[in-house]
Amino acid sequence: MPLLLGMSVLVFGLMRLVPGDPAVVVLGFKATPEGVKALREEFGLDKPVVQQYARWVSRAARGDFGLDFRQNEPIGRMILDRLPVTIELTLAATLCAAVIGVPLGLLGGGRRGGVADRTALTIGLVGVSLPDFWLGIMLILGISLGAGLLPSAGWVPITESVVENLQSVALPALTLAISRAAVLGRLTRAAVLDVVQKNFVQYARAKGLGERAILFRHVLPNAAIPIVTVLGLQIGYMLGGAIVVETIFTLPGVGRMTLDAVLERNYPVVQSTVLVIGAMFMLVNLLTDIAYGLIDPRIRQSRR
Amino acid sequence: MKARTALSGVIVIAALTALALLAPKLPLGSPTQISKDHALVGPSLREPFGMDDLGRSVLGRVVHAYRISLGVAVASVLLALLIGGPLGLVAGYAEGWPDHLIMRPLDVLMAFPGILLAIALMGVFGTGSLLVAGALAVVYTPVVARVVRAAVLATKIEVYVEGARAMGATVPRVVFAHIVPNALTPVLVQASVLMALGILIEAALSFLGVGVRPPTPSLGLMLSDGRGFMTQAPWMVIFPGLAIMLAVLGFNMLADGLRDWVDPQARAH
Repeated sequence: MPLLLGMSVLVFGLMRLVPGDPAVVVLGFKATPEGVKALREEFGLDKPVVQQYARWVSRAARGDFGLDFRQNEPIGRMILDRLPVTIELTLAATLCAAVIGVPLGLLGGGRRGGVADRTALTIGLVGVSLPDFWLGIMLILGISLGAGLLPSAGWVPITESVVENLQSVALPALTLAISRAAVLGRLTRAAVLDVVQKNFVQYARAKGLGERAILFRHVLPNAAIPIVTVLGLQIGYMLGGAIVVETIFTLPGVGRMTLDAVLERNYPVVQSTVLVIGAMFMLVNLLTDIAYGLIDPRIRQSRR
Repeated sequence: MKARTALSGVIVIAALTALALLAPKLPLGSPTQISKDHALVGPSLREPFGMDDLGRSVLGRVVHAYRISLGVAVASVLLALLIGGPLGLVAGYAEGWPDHLIMRPLDVLMAFPGILLAIALMGVFGTGSLLVAGALAVVYTPVVARVVRAAVLATKIEVYVEGARAMGATVPRVVFAHIVPNALTPVLVQASVLMALGILIEAALSFLGVGVRPPTPSLGLMLSDGRGFMTQAPWMVIFPGLAIMLAVLGFNMLADGLRDWVDPQARAH
C-alpha cells in the first residue's frame, strides 16, 4: 500500500514536470487567454499542487480518473474498455511462455551437457536476445503476409467470435512469449540441475525408479518455486512489452492507449494508465508471493 | 565451455564497438546520402544489406546506428553506476534509517515495468538520444543500487572485513579496500545485462517514436521506417533487427560467462 501511494506521487509529480502549461498544450494554437483560464478551472489546474494531487488520488482510488483532456471521455471508462485486451494478451502470452519454456528447460536440464542440452541453451540465449518488436514484424511478414495464415492487425472480442478472437491474439501472444519463454527455459534448466544433485533424487534413482518418474515426481515439484518466481516476473515484463506488441499489431489495449497518449501529450491519460499498469505489475508480484506458499508447505509453515 | 561463451561475447562486443567507432572512416555507403535512383534496391555485392526507401545504404545506416545504440547503452549504464553505486553502498553499509531513506523511493521506481517508466519519462521530457540515456539511467539506478547493496551486505560480515576492522582500519579503508573490490563482480555481471537491455529498450523506444529523433540513424527507427516497405523491401527490416540481436547477444553471452566465473558453484554444473 505505501508502495502504491509512492507510485501515485511519482506519476503525478512526473506529469507536473511537463514543460509548459498543460491547458496551453491541449488547446494548442487555438489557445486564447479566456479559453486557457476556463480549461484550467475546469480541470482544477488553478488549485495548489498538493490539493490537485489529493483530489486526483482520492478519486483514482475509487476508479474515477477524471475526464480526458481531448475527447472529454471518462478515462476510467476508456481504461476499462481496453483492459480486457491487455489482460487476455498477457495471459495468452504467459501460457505460451510456460508451454514453450518449461519443456525446453526440462529437455536441457534432464541430460546435462548432451546435444539436447546444448541446443536448448543456444535457443535460450538467442531467444533472450531477440527484440520482441522485431520478432512481431517478422511474424507478420512470414505468417500473415507471406503465408496468409493469421491476421496481422486488429482485434475481435471474445464475445463476438471465439475463433476469430483466438486468431487475433495468437501472433501478438507468441511475439510477447518467445523471449520470456527463453528466460523461463534457462531458469527451469538451472533449477532442474540444482535439484537433480539432491540426495532424494539419488535415492530415487538408487531404488530403481525410472528417469521419467524421477523427473515428474521428484524433480519438477522441487524446481517449481524458482520457476513460478520467474514466471511471475515475466508476467510483469509482459505488461511492459504489451505496449510494444499492441502497437505493432494495432490491438486496442491499455498499452497502446498509453503510447498514443504519450505521443499526443494527453497527460491525464498517461498519468492514469501508467498508474493502472504499475498497479497490475505490483499485483502480479504479490500473487507470485502468495503462490510460493501454495507450492511450498515449508514457506506456509514459517509464515505462521 | 563457459569461458568460451564469455570470450565469444567479448569478441562480438569488441568487433561491433570497433565498427561503431570507425564508422565514418570505413568504405561504406553513406547513411544519410539520399538518392532516388537507388531507392529500395535489393542486396547486392556492393551493398549486401540493400538500400532503403530513400536510397540510403542499409549497411551504412546499421553501422552508424551502432554508435547510437552502444553509446546510449554505455552512457545509461555508467550514469546508473555513478548514481546507484554510491546509494547502494551507503544503504548496505549503514543499514537502518539511511537504508530505508535510500531504498524505499527506489522501490517505487522499480514498481513499474522498465519500458513503461522509460516511455513515460520520454513523454515528459521529450525525445533525443541524450534523453533516452537519461531515462534508461533512471530505470537502471534502483537495479544497480539493489545489486550493490546486496553485495555489500554479504561482504561486510565476512571474516576478513571483521579482521580489517579489528586491526583498526578506518571506515573508508574498510569500504574501499575490502568491500568494494568484492562487490565489483556482481555489479559487472549486472552491468553487462543492463547493456543488453539498454540496446533493446533504446531500439524499442525509437521504434515507437519516443526515442532517438530522425534523421539520426537508429536501429529502432530503421525498423519503424522499414515496416511500411516490408513486403517490397524485407531487407529494410531484416538486417536492422539482426543487428540489434547480435549486439544484445554479445552482452548476454558476456553476462552468462561472467556470472559463472563469479559463482564457482554454477561453474561446477
